Amino acid sequence: MKQLIWITGVAAATLAVLMAQGNLSITINKPNGQLPALAVPDFRGDGQAQTYMAVFNQILWDDLKGSGMFNLVPKSSYPLTVPQQLSDFRVAPQVETPVRRGQAPPTGGGLWLSDWSSPPTQANYVTIGYTAAQDNLFVLRGWLVDLSIPNPANAGGALAKIYTEPMSEAGARTAAHQFGCDILERFGSTCLFGTQIYFVHRTGTLKAPVSEIWAMDPDGKNQRQITHFNSISEFPAVSPDGSKIAFTSWVHGNPAIFVFSVDPVRDLRFYNQRGASVMGEPAFTPDGKQIVFQSSVGGCCGIYVASQDGSNVRAITASRAVDAEPKVNPKTGAEVVFSSGRSGPEQIYRMNIDGTDVERLTDGTGEASNPSWHPDGQFLAYAWTRGYMMGAFNIFIMNVATREYKQLTHGEGKNENPSWAPDGKHIVFMSDRTGRSQIWSMLADGTEQVQLTREGTNLHPVWGK
Amino acid sequence: MFSKRKITVICLAASIALFAGGCKKKVPAPPPPPPAPAPAPTPPPPAAPAVAQFTVEPSTIQRGQSATLRWEVTGEATNVSINQGIGTVRSTGSQQVTPTSSTTYTLTATGPGGTITASATLSVVAPPPPAPPPPPPAPAPRQTIEERVSSETQDAYFDYDKSDVRSDARDALTKDAASLKSILADFPNAVITVEGHCDERGSAEYNIGLGDRRASSAKDFLVSLGVPGDRLKTVSYGKERPVCTESTESCWQKNRRAHLSVGQ
Repeated sequence: MKQLIWITGVAAATLAVLMAQGNLSITINKPNGQLPALAVPDFRGDGQAQTYMAVFNQILWDDLKGSGMFNLVPKSSYPLTVPQQLSDFRVAPQVETPVRRGQAPPTGGGLWLSDWSSPPTQANYVTIGYTAAQDNLFVLRGWLVDLSIPNPANAGGALAKIYTEPMSEAGARTAAHQFGCDILERFGSTCLFGTQIYFVHRTGTLKAPVSEIWAMDPDGKNQRQITHFNSISEFPAVSPDGSKIAFTSWVHGNPAIFVFSVDPVRDLRFYNQRGASVMGEPAFTPDGKQIVFQSSVGGCCGIYVASQDGSNVRAITASRAVDAEPKVNPKTGAEVVFSSGRSGPEQIYRMNIDGTDVERLTDGTGEASNPSWHPDGQFLAYAWTRGYMMGAFNIFIMNVATREYKQLTHGEGKNENPSWAPDGKHIVFMSDRTGRSQIWSMLADGTEQVQLTREGTNLHPVWGK
Repeated sequence: MFSKRKITVICLAASIALFAGGCKKKVPAPPPPPPAPAPAPTPPPPAAPAVAQFTVEPSTIQRGQSATLRWEVTGEATNVSINQGIGTVRSTGSQQVTPTSSTTYTLTATGPGGTITASATLSVVAPPPPAPPPPPPAPAPRQTIEERVSSETQDAYFDYDKSDVRSDARDALTKDAASLKSILADFPNAVITVEGHCDERGSAEYNIGLGDRRASSAKDFLVSLGVPGDRLKTVSYGKERPVCTESTESCWQKNRRAHLSVGQ
């Protein structure tokens, strides 16, 4: 019970916004300002399962480390003996003999809980388990052990679970992701395994580029092509339930909006306004039933809203400047952020969904673009050139209510198109720091930056369920 | 029938004869004998015909051209003729001749007073050799409309984050308008696309709109110069199709453009 209360408190602390010396930070589950220390020793596999253990152990480590939920204890500081199941733990002797000066304290070599909670490991939790081949399946037994509980028999209550997957590398990957997910969920975090990142994969030449919409897992694996237009297709958006994408394609000449289901991949037929030279940059409303977009219907370019099939078009803005990339508040559905050139170089604005109460959110310096709502509808991630030359974007986050902002990337190439993960803690973005634009992910405090794509040129990521 | 001039000559001759007779009578003398009967007036000797004019104009022609003979015979002539096949003519006249080689025309006027001739020479020179036939028109490079639009039009450039047509872009588009009128006349079914492009600054999303505004501005300007608007369409490629990729102002300027291409 005590543990449950603690976990609840952790969940509530998630995303508390702390102001420290004028810097905005979205804290990520830091009870008392500290992350729980987690030891993740390598698991061993029996028989054929052993083949996949290098992959398995790497994924489990990466998922837990990349979550930002834990302080992972380096493997070099672990005891020599790693228990493989909960019953391997021994109860440490209750009566301590006085330790003489210069003599090491008694240890269980890894079989006592205190071996993991004491220096040098000093973990709060440890994951243990093993895998084995059974009926040609990859079977994982995994535990999350709470080292604050004295009795090993009760310490495994944090998590004890059996996972059965196909005997293959993919099966081993899935088992590792699922185990990691279950651990994260014990700490009140949303698991990203199973979510999808959509992005643009570009080939062709400078003068005749070809770009298609692709999808991948959050760790960059399982990349697959969604569209086959052999044209320019850009700016994917995902429906709130993750079942549909909308994007802009030049396949018929002028930029036009497409809405696809993703499983199976099917064109759902968005009706574009005849004669409009620009129909693009679609995004879904929180109910998934409407599309906001940019259009030149009444002069380029205003923000419009239509039904998912393109009918019932209504103007939201009627600007003399370029209004672009509208995004509806996912929590309220009543508010739209967008970028606009109405005051000079593009800046980020907000307005009510009926077009009233337009306010600029960025301070007018540089170029600000690519607003992306945090799932809670209070924060934005966006790209800004503030402090750099025009075009040299970095990723920022902002508290919409207070306009306080924080810079997450610092000139490692150009960093653009941030999109929040469904867990509200991760951000996917594109960066050309390696020479070509690639897709990267990071935590919302700018740490744990991981490159997800490496082949060709990849752009405009968006993270969906 | 006599001409007035002939009558005058006759009268003059008669009066001279009378005057001469009168002088002899002025010698003092016995009573004059009865006057001798006045001698019958002697007819004056017939005047020989004269050639007042016999010319050929021009005096030199190229073979195949013609010249004009003009003549005028005065005095009493009973026959006036020109050789070289022209024959008897009136005493005054003109005639076109078209000899193939140099010819001397002789006019012969015959009258009671005699015969007189005059001649005029017409030189006929060979015409210059004909110029060689004009070279066959350089094997008419049958240009496609794509080639013509590409070679006969130029890009119009814009300022950063702007879509109004600045003065150098006006010059470019004015030339483009002339080219387009010719091209559209030669390809009556073609449609031209005005593409709007941007530099790498600003977001890709924002630049879709900016490129569209540039394409529209360029199209409006072309239409104002008489290019039919229904044969121009616009498309924005934002910053998706740059011509260069350096992060320098000279490269950015090349990318901030309206470009003409053949529509679909």
